[in-house]
Amino acid sequence: MNAKPTVQVNDRPKAPNRLKHILTAVILLLLLWGSAVQTESSLGELASGLPNMLDLLREMFPPRWTYFNNIVEAMLETIRMALVGTTLGAIAAIPVALLCASNLTRTGWIYYPVRFLLNLVRTIPDLLLAALFVAIFGLGPLPGIFALAVFSMGLIAKLTYEALETIDHGPLEAMTAAGANSLQRIIFAVIPQIQAHFASYVLYTFEINVRAAAILGLVGAGGIGHYYEVTLGFLEYDKTCVIIIFTLAIVLLIDYMSMKLREKLL
Amino acid sequence: MMNRAMKTKLDTQAVRKPKKKAYRWLIYAALALIYIWAFSGIPYTGIKDSAGQIFKAIVAGIFSPDWDYVYLPDGEDLLRGLLDTLAISMLGTFISTLICIPFAFWAATNMSSSRWVSGSGKMFLSFIRTFPEVVMAILFIKAVGPGSFAGVLALGLHSVGMLGKLFADEVENLDKGPVEALIATGASRLQIMWFAVIPQVLPGFLSYTLYRFEINVRSATILGIIGAGGIGTPLIFALSSRNWERVGIILLGIIVMITIIDMISGSIRKKLV
Repeated sequence: MNAKPTVQVNDRPKAPNRLKHILTAVILLLLLWGSAVQTESSLGELASGLPNMLDLLREMFPPRWTYFNNIVEAMLETIRMALVGTTLGAIAAIPVALLCASNLTRTGWIYYPVRFLLNLVRTIPDLLLAALFVAIFGLGPLPGIFALAVFSMGLIAKLTYEALETIDHGPLEAMTAAGANSLQRIIFAVIPQIQAHFASYVLYTFEINVRAAAILGLVGAGGIGHYYEVTLGFLEYDKTCVIIIFTLAIVLLIDYMSMKLREKLL
Repeated sequence: MMNRAMKTKLDTQAVRKPKKKAYRWLIYAALALIYIWAFSGIPYTGIKDSAGQIFKAIVAGIFSPDWDYVYLPDGEDLLRGLLDTLAISMLGTFISTLICIPFAFWAATNMSSSRWVSGSGKMFLSFIRTFPEVVMAILFIKAVGPGSFAGVLALGLHSVGMLGKLFADEVENLDKGPVEALIATGASRLQIMWFAVIPQVLPGFLSYTLYRFEINVRSATILGIIGAGGIGTPLIFALSSRNWERVGIILLGIIVMITIIDMISGSIRKKLV
């Protein structure tokens, strides 16, 4: 490092070309302008609608706390739906994740199609799945549970197979050298490495599912979401407010507990 | 090097299994109780007789979709519905990005002097995050009437919660070096922002914005179910009128659109970071 600095003024790095940035900005603005036209968005409409919304917010307070007793059972059902849905999804996710992991399955013509199918499943949002399942199974918490299970399967399988691909290969090779079959390899070399991550992903998915389950009722798939329609339909905004506050409290509580558990796991 | 005595000792002594602690059984018992409670509360009303039939009809609908619905010369068709959905998510993402930047700096611990300020910012963001976007959309429908604009506003406000948190994390990971260098040269606050902070956080911000855009496209497809515009409205109509071929084409359209958007956005994000 004794050499004299030989950098001259001309050797300075050039500023990156501006044209690309300007073009990007122009395209972006055009897209946004097009979107605004397509969605008929206008600030004027928002300004004229805002008093309506403030009225609505004013009607929400004070919340009618007595309504609380009517929705406790629905809230418990929501939590149950999330719990059962997440569990079913997690169980279904295990074989799918194993099939997707390129270091465990090894044959390209198995893991590429499975991954493709998994990606297809993951494109469908949970509320849409619920609407489909309501059409198939009829109203009630059952279609909600199935929707959550399919959605959780997609999410957990994706997170798990990505974690599976980063596991240490040492134990796997040791098991192979000892003559283990593939089931033994999975039980003794893969599961101990992945179980904490898997549990953490399941908890994370459970958090998401509690939020999702709270609105599934809007399409008739059980849980507390149904009461939004009931109270909003009768313009009883003070009751809606109770639902919102109750849901927020439960979601925050579950998030907090799940976060603490996940911190302990990893 | 290990000495010989130690080595033989290791050879003969098998590795012991770690002892299971007693409180593990408590955890298992609690889990079992929770599961008994959860499963016993689910009403097993049985599956409708028509379930299999409808399922077959939907699958058949996906494989023989109503192609005519892709483009209708007059009004409501698949392409316009998807375009509407895209427009909602694009504008919603843009609005939330604009709103969340000040919140991100408010919630970042290294940007404010007291922990209390950033803590309150984080609380506020997580409050917005837990507020379901569909409920937000219902409230906005009351304000601006049903239609895409309500969806835009709902997405725009809801995304602030998550984007603000991600942006705040990005600001917290900022390298202090350039900022201190600029302070040493006597730069103003605005100049520090412009030359030291923005260039560092911009790639992260853009990447998170794209990520949120992907999520918003998914959300925008369901906003129509409650009347906030996009492809969800024709889908729910098709479902309730049992027009399975149309359900099939709409599902296909949604899957194709989201897959393409994920691919484009994913490749841009890879380049950014």
